[in-house]
Order: sequence, then C-alpha cells, then structure tokens
Amino acid sequence: MGMNASGLGKVYGDGEIIFRQGDSGDCMYVIQEGKVEVFLEQEGKEVSLKLCREGEFLGEMALFYREPHPASARVLGNARVLTVEKKNFLRRIQEDPTIAFRLVQTLSQRIKELGEEVAVLNRVVQECLDEQLRSHGSPS
Amino acid sequence: MTDPTQLKLQDGSRVAVIGGGPAGSFFAYFLLDMAQRIGLELHLDLFEPRDYTVPGPTGCNMCGGIISESLVQMLATEGINLPTTVVQRGISAYLMHSDSGSVRIGTPLEEKRIGAVYRGPGPKGLKEAKWGSFDGHLLSLAATKGANVVRGRVEEVSRRDGRLAVKARGGEPGIYDLVAVTTGVNSAAHRLFEGLELEYRPPRATKTMIREYYLGEEKIARTLGSAMHVFLLNLPRLEFAAIIPKGDYATLCLLGEEIDDELLHALLGSPEVKRIMPPDLPLDQPACQCQPRINVQGAVQPFADRIVFIGDSGVTRLYKDGIGAAYRSAKSAAATAIFQGVSAADFRRHYLPALRAIEKDNMLGKLIFWVTGQIQKHSFARRAVLRMAAAEQRRASGRRWMSTVLWDMFTGSAPYREIFLRTVHPAFWARFLWENLVAILELALGRIRPASRIGADGIPQPTTRSASE
Repeated sequence: MGMNASGLGKVYGDGEIIFRQGDSGDCMYVIQEGKVEVFLEQEGKEVSLKLCREGEFLGEMALFYREPHPASARVLGNARVLTVEKKNFLRRIQEDPTIAFRLVQTLSQRIKELGEEVAVLNRVVQECLDEQLRSHGSPS
Repeated sequence: MTDPTQLKLQDGSRVAVIGGGPAGSFFAYFLLDMAQRIGLELHLDLFEPRDYTVPGPTGCNMCGGIISESLVQMLATEGINLPTTVVQRGISAYLMHSDSGSVRIGTPLEEKRIGAVYRGPGPKGLKEAKWGSFDGHLLSLAATKGANVVRGRVEEVSRRDGRLAVKARGGEPGIYDLVAVTTGVNSAAHRLFEGLELEYRPPRATKTMIREYYLGEEKIARTLGSAMHVFLLNLPRLEFAAIIPKGDYATLCLLGEEIDDELLHALLGSPEVKRIMPPDLPLDQPACQCQPRINVQGAVQPFADRIVFIGDSGVTRLYKDGIGAAYRSAKSAAATAIFQGVSAADFRRHYLPALRAIEKDNMLGKLIFWVTGQIQKHSFARRAVLRMAAAEQRRASGRRWMSTVLWDMFTGSAPYREIFLRTVHPAFWARFLWENLVAILELALGRIRPASRIGADGIPQPTTRSASE
C-alpha cells in the first residue's frame, strides 16, 4: 500500500513495531492511515489482542499510568501514526474536559468488547468442563 | 428584558453561525456533537459566502496556513484526522536562520507533527489542484454533523421578540435562538451588529503580509524540505518572518507593526533568505500576495444575550496558532451554549474565562516578543541563541533549554506562559549568558566563520562550526 510521506505523523513499514510490551511510554498514538495489530508476548508466543484501524487510539494507558506498555503494537502493511503527548493531552483536558469524551467513549467500547469476550470465554470454558464431566463421569 | 431562565437551547432551537472559517466550522461541529451526546435536537444554519473550491482570493481566508503541533494532536483525539488531501506538507523541523548561520530543531523520530495547509484550495493561478482547502474540509465536517451550510452573505441582523433575525442576501430572514459570529477581522461584518446596541467593540488589528511562490514539489523537497524556515534578523518593525513549504508553493509570512514594501524588500534582499530560496526564483514575482489583518488585541464584551463572537472576532492568540485559538474558543462557546445557556450571564461566567486566559497569556507573549526584538538587534545575542540551540541539537541527551523555547515560540504549540517560565530558569540564563560571552569574544577577535549552507530537506551542512560550542 502506498503511503503519502508528506502527511502528518510518522510512516511505519510493514511489521515495524510502534511500541513494545514492557517499554515505558509517555504518549498515546492515533492511527492516521493503515492498520496496527496489538499483541501480547507470553512465554515466547504471540497472542493477538486487537486490530486497530484509522482514527483509533493505541497505548492510551500510558496517559494514566506510569507503568510499561502491557502489550506491543505492530504495523500491518504500512501505517501513518501520530503521537499525542501525555503532557499536552492532560493539560488540555484540564482546560476543556469535553476533550475526553471520545477517549472515554473508546474506553467504554473496549470494556464492552472485553465483556463480550469474557462471556465467550466463559461459555467455552463451561463447555469444555461439561465435556470433561461427560467423558469421565460425574464425581461420586 | 428576557427572563434568563428561558435563555437555554431546547429541542428544536435554531442556531445561526455567521462565517464558515475554522471558528465557525469548529463551533458548528462541536455544538452539534455535544447536542447529540445529550440527545438535544438543534437546527443549525451556517452562512458562508466563499466557495472553497475556487483558487485565489475568492476561496481563501488569507493566513499562513499552519496547524500547530498541539492542535494536530487535539484534533486527532477528537476524531478529526487531517487527511493528506488537505495537509500539503507535514512539518518535522524548524530551521532558524541568522547572520551567524542556521540551526535545525527537529521533532523526536522526525515525526511530522505540524500541518502546512492552504485555507482555500491554493493561490491565484493555481497550476494543478492536487490538495483541497482546509476551511472547506472543516466546513464539510460541520455539514456531516448536521450543519446546514447556506452559501450566502448575511446582510442584516436584528432583534425580534427577544430572539435574533438573520437575513442573507436574496433570502428571507430566519429567527434564531443563538447567533455565533465568526467573521474574523478581515470583513466589515461587525457593522451588521451596530443596530443591536451591543457593548461589543471589535478587536484591534494590524496588517501582515503573505506571499506565495511557485517552486514545484520537486524543488521544494530539494531546497526547503519538510521544515519551516524562520529568521532572526535585525530588521526594525519585523516581529516574525517565516517561509513555509506547502505542496507546490512556498508561503512567505511577515508579522509585525506596519508591514510594508520597504520591510518586505529588506527581508527578500537579506543573505539569509537568498541562502535558502532557489537562486533562479524571482522573489519580486509572487504567484499571489495579500495583506490580511490579524487580531492583536481582543474584542470588548464579545457576547450578549443569544449572541457570541468567536475566534478572531473575539479573542485570539498573539501572532501564533490563530486556528488553535479558534478551536479553543469555539469549543468553550459551544460547551457554554449546550450545558449552561445562551444568556450574557452564561457567556460571562463560562466563556469569558477561556478568552481571558488567552489574553493573559498574550501579555506574556508581548514580553517574549519584546525580548526577541532586543536579541534581534544585537549580533552577539543572535549568535548566542544560535550557538546554544545548535549545541543542544548535537547532544544525544540532556535538557534542551533554548531548543524547546524556540520550538514552542515558532510553532505556537505551548502557551506563552510556559515559554516564559522556561526562560526564567537559572540554568537557562547561566548557559545563555555564557554563550553571549563567547559570542562577544568571537566577534571581538574576528573569529567569525561563514554561515552554514542549507542542503536537502533544509538541513544545514556540517561544513562550519559557527554554531558549535
């Protein structure tokens, strides 16, 4: 995919890492063009968490916590990504709280999606347990 | 007198926005956005006579066309991404030029954090319309939120039964619960409100000068690059001069008191400008030129019952980030109208503090520009600024006192208060006084090295140690 290098933000190539799990961060990112995959690295394996598209935020936890990034972000294809500095963002929220509307909306959406995923996982776990019980008989 | 409890927007309330520049479009966008969030149904007419698809003065709102780093970031968090069809060039660095050389101050990771745009589609005689108008883009965003854009010039505003009647040319008067005035300081629209007996007094303005030069994309990439070029020169009356690379054109922007041809020619004739512009470019033949006015002192009482003046029509930032100030005042006015009310008392209590904060900051801005003016007058001080910034840029780590001050001043990203506070730090002064001393000694001993040459992407060539420690 061609990407206009004159646009705002920084152009990342296919597979390039924007931030890595465990890195410290003092900014969040907004995707201007392209797709970015957020993934966890656990015991040498990668677990894909989410695919983010144009206009979506990444690394927003860095705005509120002083902890390292809990996951990594990698570009799929090419992507143009803009940095939003923590200091600038928090100062503006203090002046104009309505600026947080969209971030709160995004976080609410993510909580909703997580709730749905937890429900799916619960169902899968329950089905597995039921299957196990059926195979081995009920405990006496 | 109208009962203040009735001065609230309700379902079905009608709002008129007079002027479709950034202040008008931001106000319309955020007013409708906030109304939708609380389930309030409004009708909003936005009156704008300009056609933002026509190049030259007809479709242009005359401006240097810089979207500051902080505004780019805030718009992105608001969900307003500026596409490459509107941003002609992302700016990743500032180059400051003086008679002692040049210094380049870049962003971390060379990220393009500042947007260079045209308010209209481009200058007069535009050869090829490759990019769209910034103002046109914002207007279309307001329209997608539900604003009804009326292509007409407002001819009359009057009070009717406690509400306001707005009449556009060739149309019938419409009755509105709120009128937002965002006509700026380059129109005679303030006369429309004389009959309303408001306490409003328009802002004080001064003339600037903007010129457009055609270079073509390839030549811009080779000479100016993705850097904005600013000048620290000893030219009386000149507060700020910059050359901003756009897509195919470069914009020359002069700010100060009584900008005239004499000052323009003094700037164009300076070795610093000649050093960065292509030698075959006739600097006396711009593609387009204008002398717009900018607001240098805010309006008095920019509100009354059911009427509010926003952006340049009210209060804006001194010299810098006028579009950012339009965004902030538009949002403050919109939040007041939605969550508080539309009486003069509501605007005084909730909108005026935002304007006062900008005005208070501008007072420090005047002080900073005065100090910069004093530095411009003295060769050793200009040299000291350059030396200090260049030394910081060469270091991989450590505090970048001067670079940060210059960056925030040139980009308009930080409030003047923050810049001021950085300059009163003892470490800043200790280093700056040392650099002044070294510069004085160098000048006294005649150890003046030639000015830096500028290479591709506006990067000074490392052939000189003129700005080194």
